[in-house]
Amino acid sequence: MSKGVLATDKRGVRELGAEKKVGWDEVPQGVVLNSFDDNVDNLSHLRPEERPYSDFNSFTATVASWRVIKPVYNRDICIDCQNCWVWCPDTSIISRDKQMIGIDYDHCKGCGVCVEVCPTNPKSLLMFTEAVDNEEALSGWPEKKKKEKK
Amino acid sequence: MAITNIKNLKEFSTANERFEGAHLLCPGCAHSMIVRELMNATDDNLVIASNTGCLEVSTAVYPYTSWDTSWIHIGFENAATAATGAEAMFKARKRKGTLPNPDAPVKFVAFGGDGSTFDIGFQWLSGAMERGHDFTYICLDNENYANTGGQRSSATPVGAHTSTAQAGSVSYGKKQKKKDIVAIMAAHGAPYVAQLAPNKWKSMAKGFQKALETEGPCFINTVSACTTEWKFDPKDTIHITDLATDSLMFPIYEIINGTELNILYRPKNIIPVEEYLAAQGRYKHLFKPQYRHVIDEIQKDIDAKWEYLQRREEAKV
Ligand SMILES: Cc1ncc(C[n+]2csc(CCOP(=O)(O)OP(=O)(O)O)c2C)c(N)n1
Ligand code: SF4
Ligand code: SF4
Ligand code: SF4
Ligand SMILES: [Mg+2]
Repeated sequence: MSKGVLATDKRGVRELGAEKKVGWDEVPQGVVLNSFDDNVDNLSHLRPEERPYSDFNSFTATVASWRVIKPVYNRDICIDCQNCWVWCPDTSIISRDKQMIGIDYDHCKGCGVCVEVCPTNPKSLLMFTEAVDNEEALSGWPEKKKKEKK
Repeated sequence: MAITNIKNLKEFSTANERFEGAHLLCPGCAHSMIVRELMNATDDNLVIASNTGCLEVSTAVYPYTSWDTSWIHIGFENAATAATGAEAMFKARKRKGTLPNPDAPVKFVAFGGDGSTFDIGFQWLSGAMERGHDFTYICLDNENYANTGGQRSSATPVGAHTSTAQAGSVSYGKKQKKKDIVAIMAAHGAPYVAQLAPNKWKSMAKGFQKALETEGPCFINTVSACTTEWKFDPKDTIHITDLATDSLMFPIYEIINGTELNILYRPKNIIPVEEYLAAQGRYKHLFKPQYRHVIDEIQKDIDAKWEYLQRREEAKV
C-alpha cells in the first residue's frame, strides 16, 4: 500500500473546531474562502496529493473523533470493484489507477456503508471498535462463509 | 473530454474528487453520495449554488469549505436564481470578450433540498426554468426539512411521521400526498427532467451527464435517504435506497422535452412497499392494526403510478 498517498502533508492536519470561533457578526460581508492557495487550472486532473490546498479547505481538517467504530481493509480479498469508493459519503475510500488502496481515517466517520456494499466473501472491509489495532483485526479475519441452503 | 468515463465503476473511480471530506453531514448521509457523483461525472469547471439546508450548512462551516469549485450559499429559496444569474453574466461577458479564459468549459449547477425545491424556492425555480437558462437543478429529496428538525414538506409522503405531522393515537402522520415535482418540471417544457437514485449509480451518473451536456434548463429529483429523520442505521443508506427503488416508491425515469418518457430501471422482483416502510422508524406506527389500511393505500398509489408511467412510456406522448 502506498503510504505516501494516504498520508499527504495537508490531509486532516487540524482538529475541527480547534480554531478560534468566529461570531456571525464578525464574518466580513461577502467573505470568500479560497479552497486553494494558488490558481488551479484543470483541477479535475489534479489528484489530492498534487493540489495546493489552502487552510480553508476542509481537506485539511479531521473528523476522526466522530468515530466509535472504524472500517478495516483487507487487501488480500479485495477485487477492486469500487463499490466502496462510489458510495462512501465522506470521500474516504482512496482509489488510485482503478485500485482501492486504503481508508482515509482523517475523514471517515465510521458509517459502515462501505462494509455493507462490499461484495466479497468474506468481506474485504469489516467494522471494528476504534480501539482495536488494524494488524490485530487483520490477523483474526473471518473465513469464507458457506452459502446457507434454503 | 467533458464527461467522465462511467462505463464501469473501475473506470469511474479514476475521477478525481472535488467534494472534500470533513464536511459535517451525518455519517451515512446520502446528500454527499449524490453531490460527489455529480462532481465526479464531469471534468468541466463547475459553478455551484446551494439553497440553505443540510448540504449547505454542513459544507461551509466557517472557516472551512468542502468545495473545490466555485460555490455560493445564498438564501433558502434562490439557488436557482443565483446559478442562473451567474450563467447569464458568463454569457454576457463571453459576448463582450471580457472573460479571462473564455474557452474554459463551465457548467452551472444548483442544489436544493425538497423543502426549498418543492415549497419555499418553488417560484424561483419555476422562473429559472421558464427563462430557459443553461443550467442543471438537482433536488436532494429527503422528504422533510431535515436541517431544522424534520418538519413535513410537500415532498413528505402519506403516512410518514414528521415533527409537524406527528403520528399518534389520533393521526397516522402526514395525510396529504407527495407533490409530483417531476411532472411539474416536465410541464415547463424542460429539455431534460429525471428522477434518479444513488443506489443505481450508473443511471444516476448518466442522467447527470445528460443534464450537464443538454443545453437549457434541466431538473433532476434525487432520492436522498436521511438516516436521522427516516430513522435507520447509517450503514443501511444504500440498502434503504434499494428498497425504495425496488418497491417502486421511487421509480427511476426521465422525461425528454416534456413528452418522451423513458423508464430507466425496472426491478426484476418488485417488492411490496411494506418492506420499504418496515425498514424505517418514521413509518413504524403504520404497522399498528388501526393504521394498516394506510399501507394498502400507499401500495395502491404506487401500483397506479407504475401503470401510468409504463403507459406514458409506451404512448410516447
Ligand atoms: C426563508 C427561509 N425560511 C426558513 C429558513 C430556515 N431553514 C433553514 S434550512 C431549512 C430546512 C431545509 O430543508 P430542505 O430544503 O428539505 O433541505 P434538507 O435540510 O432537508 O436537506 C429551513 C426551514 C430559512 N433559512 N430561510
Ligand atoms: S465507514 Fe463510511 S465514511 Fe468510513 S470509509 Fe466506510 S463508507 Fe466511508
Ligand atoms: S467494495 Fe470491497 S471488494 Fe470492492 S473495492 Fe471496496 S473493499 Fe474491494
Ligand atoms: S439530517 Fe439527514 S439530510 Fe441532514 S445531514 Fe443528517 S442524514 Fe443528511
Ligand atoms: Mg429535505
